[in-house]
Amino acid sequence: MRDRALAPSRILIYFVVSLMAAAWLAPLVVVVLNSLRTNEEIAQASMIGWPKHWAWSNYAAAWSGFCVAETCAGIRPYMLNSALVTIPATIFSTLLGAIAGYAVSLWRFRGDSWIYGIVTLGLFLPQQMRLLPWTIVLRDIGLINTLTGLVLIHTIQGLSFTTLFCRNYYVAIPHELIRAARIDGAGFFRIFWRIILPLSSPILIVTVIWQFTHIWNEFLYGVTFTTGQQQPVTAALIALSAAIADIPKHGVQSAAVIIAALPTLLIYLFGGRYFVRGLTAGAVK
Amino acid sequence: MTDVVATATQQGRPAISGVVRRLPEYLMIWVPLLLSAAHLISFSIWTIWISFTPSTLVPVSGWVGLRNYTAVLASRNWQIAFDNLLLFGSAFVLLSLVTGLMLAILLDQRIRAENVLRSIFLYPLAVSFVVTGTVWSWLLNPGIGIEKLVHDLGWTSFRFDWLVDRDMAIWTIVIAAIWQSSGFAMALFLAGLRSVDADIIKAAQIDGAGPIRTYWRVILPTLWPITITVVVVQLQFAISAFDLVRALTNGGPGIATQLPALVVYDLMFQRSQLGRGAAAAVLMLLILLAVLLPYAAWRYLQRRRAIHA
Repeated sequence: MRDRALAPSRILIYFVVSLMAAAWLAPLVVVVLNSLRTNEEIAQASMIGWPKHWAWSNYAAAWSGFCVAETCAGIRPYMLNSALVTIPATIFSTLLGAIAGYAVSLWRFRGDSWIYGIVTLGLFLPQQMRLLPWTIVLRDIGLINTLTGLVLIHTIQGLSFTTLFCRNYYVAIPHELIRAARIDGAGFFRIFWRIILPLSSPILIVTVIWQFTHIWNEFLYGVTFTTGQQQPVTAALIALSAAIADIPKHGVQSAAVIIAALPTLLIYLFGGRYFVRGLTAGAVK
Repeated sequence: MTDVVATATQQGRPAISGVVRRLPEYLMIWVPLLLSAAHLISFSIWTIWISFTPSTLVPVSGWVGLRNYTAVLASRNWQIAFDNLLLFGSAFVLLSLVTGLMLAILLDQRIRAENVLRSIFLYPLAVSFVVTGTVWSWLLNPGIGIEKLVHDLGWTSFRFDWLVDRDMAIWTIVIAAIWQSSGFAMALFLAGLRSVDADIIKAAQIDGAGPIRTYWRVILPTLWPITITVVVVQLQFAISAFDLVRALTNGGPGIATQLPALVVYDLMFQRSQLGRGAAAAVLMLLILLAVLLPYAAWRYLQRRRAIHA
């Protein structure tokens, strides 16, 4: 074992892997360091450097101080917007997807494979094909420029993913289990609560992580259907860099970027295994 | 169950009481699925319909035939976007495939800290394209990023200004996209490498094949179905790429890094040319179908072959 570790080919492998890992980490390290340097320090040198004075105040400014388009409340209101969209939409789409996945895989009803096939087409239909209709629908039902409108969109569109994930998981549950429960007189919901849901935690974790990450990171709908104070944080970041392009404040901006990325990064850190499972499950379809 | 049957026969209306009793479950099954399916179909038809109308600021009825399509196809904006898509799509897909495969093979060498390394190559996928695009726009900005750093270190003739160079700017998007999505290719390839039959590898080694030859002749050929999946998923991303470009170059300098998704947004919401915007969206869908339909046919044939074998 020891001489294998010393073989030149092993050293080369470790060298290349470390180099690649460093390249992959570099952007994150650069932003974290920048978020702790003063704007002046960055302006004098470059974006890449070690902090001379630790400027923790960047985070306070980014959180609740700097101005985007005449409103000086920092990134906090937009983070709140993103949370108010992402959390309900994740819960609704996951729950409805679990019920739908259970219905098409185990309960079976007339037309189930047809409707399931159409719903999964949503994985492929580009957002651009839905932009105008959503704009018109949201305006007609009075939900344009509201967080509720975004929750509605992400719930309905998320169903394509959540139904697929859950259906593929539930297919493996033996039908005899359901048949036996039905003979005992259990109905649709009782079987779901008593038998299906207790078996579902792995797939529900995957689905929740997947939905949360995607809705939190979503940009196009946020920027199209909301303006000003109603925007989610991704859209606000773009507005921020446009608003202060003349006098850049890269320290504060870096802190804002870190704060905006933190929720999904933390979820990845603690649920990485499930995140990757969702990634590969989504790809194989 | 027996209670229900008893009351039903007493009342003599078994069908109706059954339906009423089961109404909540019908609603829970059908309403979400129908909403999802209906919005997919009706929104597609709706956008296609708008693309044939003379709509500008608001959707109006009327029929202009293919005029919106010819206008979009003739515009410099779309032509540049399409050329960029061809270049960006092929370069990004090819390079992320190579990078992902290389990473997977390296991680497959029973190295230490494999889990940590895998997490490092995958973390960009958990972050929004807006964030990564913004960060890369700083790093690649010659005035404040890598070029400035190298200048400050003393090499003053160093140039790395692709971000502001019309001919090279598209490559900055390629770089950022590879950094963000190669981990995905790596994860799929690694799963593929791990599922290669150990007996085949052993047989090759007994036949005297070295590690490189074993990879090239025995292991890699088993990966081609995964390769096709990776290509299709990455192409799907490239065709609809929007956030990353919006944050990194915003289509600039000028319109040098324009991509179809940006043209759609620009026509619909900045120039108020709804008809043309819808036509551009339909063109995007057609490009996507040119990738997805052959893939679906291939998957279908594979499945049929698997059943017959």
